[in-house]
Amino acid sequence: MSTDLLAQDRPAALRRLFARPEFGSLIAAAAVFLVFAAVAEPFLRVSSLGTVLYAASTIGIMAVPVSLLMIGGEFDLSAGVLVTTAALTSSMVSYQLTAVTWVGVLVSLLVALAVGGFNGWMLSRTKLPSFIVTLGTFLMLTGANLGVTKLVSGTVSTKPISDMRGFASCRWLFASEVTVGGLTIKATVWWWLGLLLVGSWVLLRTRFGNWIFAVGGDADAARAVGVPVARTKTLLYLGVGFGAWVLGQHLLFSFDTVQSGEGVGNELIYIVAAVIGGCLITGGYGSVAGSALGALIFGMASKGIIYAQWNPDWFKFFLGAMLLLAALLNSWVKRRAERGPR
Amino acid sequence: MSDSTNHGTNELLALDGVGKTYGTVRALQDVSLTLRAGEISCVLGDNGAGKSTLIKIIAGLHQHDEGVYTVGGEEVRLASPRQALDRGIATVYQDLAVVPLMPVWRNFFLGSEQGTKRWGRFGPLRLDADGMRATTREALARMGIDLYDVDRPIGTLSGGQRQCVAIARAVHFGARVLILDEPTAALGVKQSGVVLKYVDAARDAGLGVVLITHNPHHAYLVGDHFTLLKRGRMAGSHPRAEISLEQLTTEMAGGSDLAELSHELGRSEPRPDSRPGSPPSSPSDPDPDSREERPQP
Repeated sequence: MSTDLLAQDRPAALRRLFARPEFGSLIAAAAVFLVFAAVAEPFLRVSSLGTVLYAASTIGIMAVPVSLLMIGGEFDLSAGVLVTTAALTSSMVSYQLTAVTWVGVLVSLLVALAVGGFNGWMLSRTKLPSFIVTLGTFLMLTGANLGVTKLVSGTVSTKPISDMRGFASCRWLFASEVTVGGLTIKATVWWWLGLLLVGSWVLLRTRFGNWIFAVGGDADAARAVGVPVARTKTLLYLGVGFGAWVLGQHLLFSFDTVQSGEGVGNELIYIVAAVIGGCLITGGYGSVAGSALGALIFGMASKGIIYAQWNPDWFKFFLGAMLLLAALLNSWVKRRAERGPR
Repeated sequence: MSDSTNHGTNELLALDGVGKTYGTVRALQDVSLTLRAGEISCVLGDNGAGKSTLIKIIAGLHQHDEGVYTVGGEEVRLASPRQALDRGIATVYQDLAVVPLMPVWRNFFLGSEQGTKRWGRFGPLRLDADGMRATTREALARMGIDLYDVDRPIGTLSGGQRQCVAIARAVHFGARVLILDEPTAALGVKQSGVVLKYVDAARDAGLGVVLITHNPHHAYLVGDHFTLLKRGRMAGSHPRAEISLEQLTTEMAGGSDLAELSHELGRSEPRPDSRPGSPPSSPSDPDPDSREERPQP
């Protein structure tokens, strides 16, 4: 991409397309698609599309709130294990306290939101960087997931709950699938689309969305014109809690039991998806639609590598390279936007 | 807003013996200032004189702990910038006037977003983006700024233009008091002139303006009243009729300090890093105006 793409003499509409945060990820997604379409014959089958979409949705559901949070200028390193916490809570509350899965599902929502709220409260109270605050929550949750599960069920995984009342309806909501003409769409894909639409609308078309950009772009300037900075950031953490709840319930109701050690490392994948989608790591710039493209690139690459019968070890390498490229592109866009003609 | 104490003086706000202490540092003490509608009151002082502390108190970012602060005759202790804005006090900061990466129109409406009228009570839920763009364009045009593409990140505007957008924003949202923090500090001569023109336009529109600056020449171009601050205290308060530019410049530089400086400079070659006009502060005089730490994402 040459520097004159954003030049002042281009028509505004064209310039705006190039300047969109998700423009780079759109090109990247198309490139990844073409590469795998060329080298892996099974990649283009209709059934593969369902597999790719499913893989993308399990990242995309979290990438939506994580990208909003990143645009708001903060990280959440606890997002990955919070998914597991939500699943474990739901399962154990249902198993130990009642025999109705819906009770566990609702308690799990409260716990996930409480953790998000705690992150936001700690952040605004202590003024510590969110990296440190959520690193603390991350470690605490990782330990608590294992510790509490062992304490309650004696092993590192939860007991099956598939014979409980409400399991079928919960499964329908979080882990069902519909097949249309060979294409299998999992419930997570609908959740992903729903979160995408709501998230994108909130960011671009509501007052709260304006505040998200502002608190991430310059929190002091935002506060000076009357934006409630702490409340905005806390609400963004609650959003991450909500996403973790949805994904946690999906894992529980599709696999029936939950391994308490899961989720570690996924928080980085969500962050990478957001960055590939055009979010600036320093906040104030990015898009929700971009996070979906980032998640889609993940889905295509992780499944495409298998279809192409490459060594899956290269997946992480590929991801790292994508992250660096995306981060470079984003910071270049930011410099263009901030410097301008003086 | 009570008119009982105003007695037709158009008094917008007044400080009486106001002071502020940060920990053990007395950043400001016994400062008094009155601002009337259609008046530009300049606050002059060197770095660390307490200018920033003063505006932070007026703007609601910090609270004073001595003296009386009245807005429209009513005593206040502002707990947040929002409370100041609700009383018609808008502040344009030197460096945090705008969010650079956000489009001009989003910056213009930040904190006072306009909802869709069709949604009635739920209007604030949905931004009237097109209406906001159009309003931004009109409001800027009224201030003489011709900017068609309000979707540009505001960071791409020049420093002077950004200050003007921030001033236009304050005027548009019905500010009656405008606090300007060093609006010309980072600008060249030509852009400073443009900004001072808008400051003058705001005064003509009937606003009261508090202009913070360390440049007596800029202050004297537009000011009606001059308050000098030195190490957190008032070093002078003069209406325009009682002071000339020369006197203001001399007072600003601080008579004895200046004499001492010229004495030093006369004896030895000035070092490359020496800055005339800003006498070095002693180590026991920490700068209370240093920026607060901002949380890093």
